[in-house]
Amino acid sequence: MSKEYRTIRNDVSLPYRWSLGPVWTRFFDGLKDEKIYGTKCTQCCKVLAPARPFCPGCFGAMTEWIEVGQEGTVTSWTLVKNRYYGQIKEPPYIMALILLDGTDCGFSHFIGGIEMTDVEEVKKKVAVGTRVRAKWSQDKNATIYDIAYFEPVG
Amino acid sequence: MRRVAIASMAQSSGGESRDSLMDFTFRVAKEALDKAGMTRDEVGCIMIGSSDIFHSGLSCSNSFDWDGTGAFLKEGSRAEESIFAFIYACMRIMSGQFDTVLVTSLVKGSENPDNDACTSFFADPFYLRPVGMNETTAAAMQMREYMWRYSITEEQCAKVVEKNLGNALYNPYAHIKKKVTIDDVLSSPTISDPLKVLECAPKSDGVVSVLLASEEKVGELTNRPVWLKGYGCSIDHFYPGDRDLLDGELKTAAAAAYKMAGITDPKKEIDVAEICEPYAFQELLWCEQLGLCGEGEGGTLIDSGVTRMNGTLPVNPSGGVLAMNPYVSRGLYRIVEAALQIRGRAGEHQVDKDVKTALAHGTQGFAGQCHSVVILEG
Repeated sequence: MSKEYRTIRNDVSLPYRWSLGPVWTRFFDGLKDEKIYGTKCTQCCKVLAPARPFCPGCFGAMTEWIEVGQEGTVTSWTLVKNRYYGQIKEPPYIMALILLDGTDCGFSHFIGGIEMTDVEEVKKKVAVGTRVRAKWSQDKNATIYDIAYFEPVG
Repeated sequence: MRRVAIASMAQSSGGESRDSLMDFTFRVAKEALDKAGMTRDEVGCIMIGSSDIFHSGLSCSNSFDWDGTGAFLKEGSRAEESIFAFIYACMRIMSGQFDTVLVTSLVKGSENPDNDACTSFFADPFYLRPVGMNETTAAAMQMREYMWRYSITEEQCAKVVEKNLGNALYNPYAHIKKKVTIDDVLSSPTISDPLKVLECAPKSDGVVSVLLASEEKVGELTNRPVWLKGYGCSIDHFYPGDRDLLDGELKTAAAAAYKMAGITDPKKEIDVAEICEPYAFQELLWCEQLGLCGEGEGGTLIDSGVTRMNGTLPVNPSGGVLAMNPYVSRGLYRIVEAALQIRGRAGEHQVDKDVKTALAHGTQGFAGQCHSVVILEG
């Protein structure tokens, strides 16, 4: 149905440059070396990964660095099927929250290495509680994509 | 502190408006003033709920929004969350600084990119955004945890859609008018498993205005004032992985609102609730956290029929956000719908029971990072 009045299209594209700061820089440099770093809070003793400059719960600086596990447990996940403008990759793909061994928070990343066309088949391999392991990318650029995805183990 | 009342209200319908954003805003703001017999010059202060570039396509949108809301040559301010705008407006009257404040919230969802495209920009550009976090994927993971931890079923979540879209058939302002069955919901295409398309709110247009007045002033403007009794807001940590997605900040916001309103048993004392549920299961989870049922009992609550239009505690008689999702203004719509129920002027979707106390709720952010609760009374 055509509109009674005209519309105009307006695309906005602007470049931004974000500082990562020393902590995120060190975290991403670690990924390049196939290591996942977290930081430990001296007050609540929680280990958070990715590493943080401060503990969001205690609001105190986090200065103790810890290499955390490359395996973890899925605490939740979703199989993305829809398409939208500017989407990061072609669906289907699986996003998950993963409790990495030795940490106390959910790590957000993909689950991969499995067939994703049928959700019922996916559910046989991925569930809350599934153990997964980081699969590293061949080309590494000190970004979150240096981990290609996490794949179910066992 | 002085008491504050809603003197008049106006809302647009949620379907695509052919007006330009500024004209669209003007019509609704003017209607709220006209209903109270006030001119723009007589209003003390103007408050705006609007959002910048991703929901409007312009930056510093308050500079553009100023004219349509009538805020030019006045004191005013803006919040990006419309219930926050409402609360800031109330504070300006409670403090004694102003006798009247006009609050207007606006968005034209029909003109903007998809919700998922917009909400991806809530995420930082180096960690969460590159791995696909947006409001829908965060909600989908929250839903899976909810079903897993409390054995909530997909049917129970789908029932929220059947109820709310059923209610929306009687609300002339609702955007989505469609009777759906539980089977329709369950067989609708998957968006982000376990979320189906009918369980996700649409993208709507919506301008809504509320004229607030002090106790001294409100008698001149209406014979049906609706009083602010309490409010509370709370915001959780940014990263969803740092939070318990099933135990967020809504309890804190509700506790503050109930304390201020003197409510000790919300199940009994609240007559009707307008709850912000951009994803169907969230109505159940939010009901738990608002204390309208026990922890993990959201599924039992919807099964019991209590929250239906003719139940003892109707939830979203307007159809809620599933029927009408003007992203930025959806919270203020909940306040207007709650106030209409108290006045007994909600029309065909007026609930059967007497309404003395009503609750309005708003949420934004990943999996309910931010919550606000408002208690109104007749």
